[in-house]
Amino acid sequence: MTDLELLKNRVVLESDRVYSVSSMDVPGTYPGVDDTWDIERFKKTFKVVISELTKGNIEFDLIGIDASIANAFRRILIAEVPSMAIEDVFILNNTSIMHDEVLAHRLGLIPIKADPNDFSFRWETAQKNGNTQGPTDADTIVFKLQVKCTNKKGAPKDDSLEPSELYDNSSVYSGQMIWSPQGRQEEFFKNSPPRPVYDDILITKLRPNQEIDLELHCVKGIGKDHAKFSPVATASYRLLPDIIITKPILGKDAEKFQKCFPEGVVEVFVNKDGEKEARVVNPRKDTVSRECLRHAEFKDKVKLTRVRDHFIFNVESVGAIPPQRLLPDAVKVLIEKCKVLKRSLAQINQAN
Amino acid sequence: MNIDGNENEAKLKILSSSSDEGCATFSISEEDHTLANALRYMIMKNPKVEYCGYSIPHPTEAKVNIRVQTSEETTAVEAMNKGLDDLIELCEHILVEYNEKLDLKNYKYDEGVFDTENKA
Repeated sequence: MTDLELLKNRVVLESDRVYSVSSMDVPGTYPGVDDTWDIERFKKTFKVVISELTKGNIEFDLIGIDASIANAFRRILIAEVPSMAIEDVFILNNTSIMHDEVLAHRLGLIPIKADPNDFSFRWETAQKNGNTQGPTDADTIVFKLQVKCTNKKGAPKDDSLEPSELYDNSSVYSGQMIWSPQGRQEEFFKNSPPRPVYDDILITKLRPNQEIDLELHCVKGIGKDHAKFSPVATASYRLLPDIIITKPILGKDAEKFQKCFPEGVVEVFVNKDGEKEARVVNPRKDTVSRECLRHAEFKDKVKLTRVRDHFIFNVESVGAIPPQRLLPDAVKVLIEKCKVLKRSLAQINQAN
Repeated sequence: MNIDGNENEAKLKILSSSSDEGCATFSISEEDHTLANALRYMIMKNPKVEYCGYSIPHPTEAKVNIRVQTSEETTAVEAMNKGLDDLIELCEHILVEYNEKLDLKNYKYDEGVFDTENKA
């Protein structure tokens, strides 16, 4: 790799600094290189690799895009992909020791398993119905939470026992929320009734004769407004590490070099001269600790870099939206933003 | 139209004082780095554009200003429109490519983490 290619395609890490961090693909940056946007060229160079999918997590690589685009997706995942959360709590009775507002806040943070695509934002329905405020079956899910703590029948009078053995309903869990279908919801959601993602989230504790009687209204919202609406627990990316050995690392040094990296990154093999030599097998596993640069013997033999346009995304869903659907949702949000802007631009042009 | 249903304020305004169509500042309300930086990149990819940059004038005001200056071959409005078109095109291709790879099911799948049923 020439020095120019290195600057264009890699972020370079040295022991005390990182350089070549900015994108270098604006037309005119390099003589003889055509960096003009071309969708056909993009179709050839852009790649997606999905490497891992679990029920709560997805890891995928987006290869061949700029940081500004990748970062837009990351930011949208966190702050602008909608999901459902409890917004209004109507407290009919609360004799527990937890204050109304604390209780309401705790309830708001419970992830709700309901597809946000099945609902409208409240401002959307308000617009459609001519600004008549008030919840409708298109924008609100209602849950009831009615729990009263009582003494357990036949429980021994023994203070050393756990409260759960002495009382019924001494702990209130998210699983005790009961969905109360509104309007056409019962018919529409009969196959997948809305419910909390987890049934074992502790909401509050009660003692005999204390009770809570609440009505909970869930609405559609985005993370920008409140973190409870964020559909992701984490959404992050890192650049693929690339370790370039510029001069052969031989003998005892090879083993020492191997130990500078996490397991599986570098291996020691016997080269054709019968000597031990180090080579890179899986840079993806590297944490880029830069340990090898602390040793004088490796300083001029290795270049630690990251591939500028290779983004390894790790996205963990909160549970309402399956992880594989999160990126498409984010991309659609960005497309929608552009379309809204295009419409405004056209309106301005017409006016002039 | 924005998240609060506020229709009174325009989404986009063009702040330009000169009669030169080659330069303009686009002021977009209710947007931030997410859109502005991506859009800035796409507009810069156009060789007819001489300069494109963006700023958020004040952190508590949900507004970005995108400045575009072009050569005489095009106008700032055209460059903005092309930038938006290119960004949409890029996004649509990412969707196609991602869904294609997802359908191949060529990945490590692990039941782990959630015991709740995901009915996609």
